[in-house]
This record gives sequence, C-alpha cells and structure tokens, in this order.
Amino acid sequence: MDHAPTLNSAPLRLPADWRDFFALTKPRVMTLVIFTGLCGLLAAPGSIHPVLAFTAILCIAVGAGGAAALNQWWEADIDAGMKRTAKRPLPAGRMERESARDFGFALAGGSVVVMGLAIGWLAAAILAISIFYYAWVYTVWLKPRTPQNIVIGGGAGAFPPLIGWVAVTGHVTWMPVVLFLIIFFWTPPHFWALALFVQTDYAKVGIPMLPVVAGEKATRRQILLYTLLLVPLSLLPFILGGAGLVYGIAAAVLGLGFLALALRVGLRHSAEGDRMKPERQLFAFSIIYLFALFAALVVDRFAGLEGWL
Amino acid sequence: MGNDPQDNAIDKIDMVAFRARQKARNRALGLVLGALVVLFFAITVVKLGIQAAHH
Repeated sequence: MDHAPTLNSAPLRLPADWRDFFALTKPRVMTLVIFTGLCGLLAAPGSIHPVLAFTAILCIAVGAGGAAALNQWWEADIDAGMKRTAKRPLPAGRMERESARDFGFALAGGSVVVMGLAIGWLAAAILAISIFYYAWVYTVWLKPRTPQNIVIGGGAGAFPPLIGWVAVTGHVTWMPVVLFLIIFFWTPPHFWALALFVQTDYAKVGIPMLPVVAGEKATRRQILLYTLLLVPLSLLPFILGGAGLVYGIAAAVLGLGFLALALRVGLRHSAEGDRMKPERQLFAFSIIYLFALFAALVVDRFAGLEGWL
Repeated sequence: MGNDPQDNAIDKIDMVAFRARQKARNRALGLVLGALVVLFFAITVVKLGIQAAHH
C-alpha cells in the first residue's frame, strides 16, 4: 500500500505516479481515436497546415483522454468489481478519485479551448459534444440503465473522423456524417462480441449488457443485424461518389469478411465450456476492419490526388 | 512512535520514495508545459502567416 507512518505519525500517501495519470486516458482506445481522427482529416477535401493538423489530432486525443479519465472517475466502484478493470489506478487505490476527476476536466476543457482557438469553434463544439456524450450520456446515463447502452454510446467513438474532417473544411457535409455512422454501426457488433466472452464480469457488477439482460441468442441476432446495416453503409461513400475505387474494393472485401464472421457468431449457440472462438475472432477482426477501412479511405484520396487511378 | 529507530528508518525510506515520486511528476509536468509552449508558439506563427497571406 502507499501508506506508511511519518515523523508526526500521520499516514503519508505517495502522490499518484504520472504513469497512472497516463493510464487514465486509456491509451489503447486512444490509438483508434487518433487513427480515425487522422483519417477523417486526411480524407477531407482541402488542406490544412501540418502544425494545425497536429494540433487538431492532439486535441481530439486529449479530449478523448479527458473523457476516459472522467469515465474511470465515475466508474471506479464498478471497475473494482471486474477482473479486466480491477488493476486500473482508481480501483487499485493508486490514485485519489478527485485527482482523476480534476485531471479529466482539465484535459477535456483544455482540449476544447485549444481546438477552438487554433482550429475553429465548430470543430471545438463537436469535440465538446463528443466528450459530454461519452462522459455523461454513455457513462452516467445509459450504461447502467439500458442494454442498448453500447448502441447509443457508440456515437462517442464515432466523432473523431467527423472532427478531423471539420478541422479541414470548417463545415459538416454528408461524407463525414457517413463516416460517423460507419463507426456508430460498427460499435455494437464489435463490443457485443467482446461482451459475449466476458459476460460473467458484467453480470457480476450489474451492468445491463445485452448478453446479461436479453441473453446470448438475442445478442447474436443483434450482432448480425448491425453487421447487415454496417456493410451496405460502408459502401455508401463509394456509391455516392465521395470515395473512389480503392475504397470501394476495400469496403466490399472487408465487409464480406465481417459478414462471414458475424454470420458464424449470429447463427451458432455456445455449449457448456465453449471457448467462444468465433466471437473472439469477430472481435479481433472488427478492430482490423475499422483500421483497414479508414486507411483505404486515405489511400483512395491520395490515389485520386496523385492520379494513380 | 517517531522516536523508535526502526520507525525513523521507515520514515526515511518513505520520504525518499515520496520525493522521488514528486520529482518524477514534476519532470513529467515540466515536459508537458514545455511542449505546450512550443506548440502555442508554432500555432501563433502559422496563424499569423495565414492571416498575412490573406491580406
């Protein structure tokens, strides 16, 4: 423990390590946020100075980090009850709750202000909405109340490409909204695949995840349903002319892969002691899918600019 | 309590750990603030350049 007697016999508590503050920002989740934000920025028509582009991505990342810190401040008790999250700085007792709260608010506020001053107030407003969406709409409001928490909460993770796009263009068009919707519809199958093989943890802390509340069969059906919505949606940028052939082919191939894995998950039943291999494969592929789809969007844009196609 | 030699030894070790943790935090904070100074300076230069180009 971080407690020990001091000269005046009052307990001396070690200040939280800087690494624990960094851990509060959920760096692994942040990589996806940075990547999709960067892709939105690079795929947008127009140009932005590299320093301002870096600032925009930094603000998106710091804003997401602030929201993650606020999420952990609010959910410290829940995190303590789950094996996957029990070692986080707050449930492990390495940091005071107030420190996490103040850190989260400072990152969130700072990122929005810098985004507004350096890039533009529309991008800053969308960033503020995304932080509020994750820290309050998802964490405080929906997550403990409805098994559809992931569906609407997924919107929080869908904002980065929209913000990246608006940082370049200064306005919202249908294309960044479609990118937003792609991540929005990608989140349920991605997260429910995970929830299927860690469901005992969520059940233990009373979070109404779909597999806990509605059962495995309904979850599998919903995974399939959202995948069926996601795949045609991912083709929209190509169909509507917002992206070219490189993106179109990538979206079609990746979509077929996603659909094949989702069909396996959607149409099967798990037996006693099942290792949930198809669910693990779907979860892993869903991450590759999103990275590859957005990378294809950027490659497509540069292929168009360079006249490769 | 504080007069016990064993307690004093623990206090010393504890204070060393406390100071080391404080120092590491200060260093990390200093680096972050330094990076922000550089970033804000760069943003200012770029924004002035863009404004000048528009005029």
